[in-house]
Amino acid sequence: MATVPGYAGTHHRYQRAGVKEYREMGYYDPDYEPKDTDTLALFRITPQPGIPPEEAAAAVAGESSTATWTVVWTDRLTYLDRYRAKCYRVEPVPGTTDQYFAWIAYDLALFEEGSIANMTSSIIGNVFGFKALRALRLEDLRVPVAYLKTFKGAPHGIPVERDLLNKYGRPLLGCTVKPKLGLSGRNYGRVVYEALAGGLDFTKDDENINSQPFMRWRDRYLYAMEGVIKAEQVTGERKGHYMNVTAPTMEEVYKRAEFAKEIGSVIIMADLTMGYTALQSLSHWCHDNGMILHLHRAGHATFTRQKNHGVSFRVLAKWMRMLGVDHIHAGTIVGKLEGDPNLVQGYYTILREQYVRADPVKGIYFDQDWAYLPGIFPVASGGIHAGQMHLLLHLLGEDCVLQFGGGTIGHPMGIQAGATANRVALEAMVKARNEGRDIVAEGPEILKEAARHSKELAVALETWKDVTFDFTPTDTPDVLATLTL
Amino acid sequence: MRITQGTFSYLPDLTDEEIERQIEYIIRNGWAVSIEYTDDPHPYNVYWTMWGLPMFDLTDPAPAMYEFKKCREAFPNHYIKINGYDPSPMWQAQRVSFIAHRPPVEEPGFRLRRTLWSDGRVQKYGLEPYVEDLPPGERYRTDR
Repeated sequence: MATVPGYAGTHHRYQRAGVKEYREMGYYDPDYEPKDTDTLALFRITPQPGIPPEEAAAAVAGESSTATWTVVWTDRLTYLDRYRAKCYRVEPVPGTTDQYFAWIAYDLALFEEGSIANMTSSIIGNVFGFKALRALRLEDLRVPVAYLKTFKGAPHGIPVERDLLNKYGRPLLGCTVKPKLGLSGRNYGRVVYEALAGGLDFTKDDENINSQPFMRWRDRYLYAMEGVIKAEQVTGERKGHYMNVTAPTMEEVYKRAEFAKEIGSVIIMADLTMGYTALQSLSHWCHDNGMILHLHRAGHATFTRQKNHGVSFRVLAKWMRMLGVDHIHAGTIVGKLEGDPNLVQGYYTILREQYVRADPVKGIYFDQDWAYLPGIFPVASGGIHAGQMHLLLHLLGEDCVLQFGGGTIGHPMGIQAGATANRVALEAMVKARNEGRDIVAEGPEILKEAARHSKELAVALETWKDVTFDFTPTDTPDVLATLTL
Repeated sequence: MRITQGTFSYLPDLTDEEIERQIEYIIRNGWAVSIEYTDDPHPYNVYWTMWGLPMFDLTDPAPAMYEFKKCREAFPNHYIKINGYDPSPMWQAQRVSFIAHRPPVEEPGFRLRRTLWSDGRVQKYGLEPYVEDLPPGERYRTDR
């Protein structure tokens, strides 16, 4: 080779034009030591038959960073050693024959400051349709402090929202107005008033209630506000209704948010379907206007539910904490929607704590320092009722919003009674917990005691006593806790 | 009406023994105990009057119970709440707050004032405690 003086020969990667294995192009580097400023991703890869796992993992690193399918000479115009994502570890997934975990590191320069849209376009933009893989899942992400500091995070966060609402030491209680669609504004506001006057803290628009012909947003907001303020009058307590501002355009979103502010609402909500950029804009608006922001994760299960393909909800939870929402739906464990108990507890930890330690049993694979981004309220919603209060408090803790929709409105004595039943059950359980009682073992007894001075609770317990949703989850941890007897 | 601020307002009023156990919980967590009272329980009234300083580093609920009882003797016709305060990073907020004493009279509640605004559909609301017409200290008296 290099017989010409002053020429060392073409770097081995570029000696031939055409297609090269990703591993050979530097995307697999088992000796690489991740930097504190790198973003680390854990992917679950299912390679096509015959493709070695390291090559498949290197392809993921390549396609989610600098690579294309063939060698290009323009690579030589830049410092690819830095910009190239590097797969530094590959291991079989325990209990599987065709799946591998691949750890991939991304340099800090790869993502625009403060942009979830850009980070997601890189990490999950192209690579999920890649033919060399049968399936691909982003399991977890370690976001470096250096990148987190380019985000503002939640407009309020848990302690500040509690200060604003003057509610401490217990989960907040909410209720989604039902039926989801079809009520007139005036009837809708009736439900808001009854539920709040009965003892709930919040009522909520559902994800698909935006501004339909049977109820335009402006009417709904006005009647809901009437319900909120009248409930404050009869309870002497702060109340709120999440006004859904999801709309076809950002102009319309801002218009609705401004109106919610003008009439005195303390909280608005948006759907995940709006997209990351729209949500982040709305979050900044909420920072500027002192408005609590509730996020409904509408659509998430299309990509979070299947174990071998998509994006884990824990990663979405991290993106939403960075992007800046105050509330996000994160599962109930005991309710009607998908959620393995360990994994759901993992999501709650990710959303609330300042420093999260790796805990594979809970699906958490990286330590995560949140760099002072405020912890946010996970919301438990869907098929929960007062009779489960001991389990809800034990499994989910006190810094969450428990939303009883059917479990409030479906009460035989009416909506106020349903709300009161939930509040009595909650307060009795918190009191018992604080007194040091074992609420898991004694839960049903504690509820029965509380029901002695609350007919509302007694009727609720009788109505829903046999309701459980016991299905096997599709998404489960790969590492099981050792059972101790 | 019954003002439902605080965590245990939907339960029967707590006995002194039950209050003491909640104070124990605050102390067990290493939080500070504070006592505040008011006769203006407007839902937007953030700053109730402090009964002395918050009690840090307690190891026993007795001193807090003593202060609570003294406060109740001095202001029997006021609302008194007990708070647990957590100064740890990124909390720096209350972790517990409940009403431990209420005036022994019917709570008269709030007047809702409505002012029509803009197009006549939007209203500006204002809540006013009915007792607000009386000066502080004269409200919720049992001898009227």
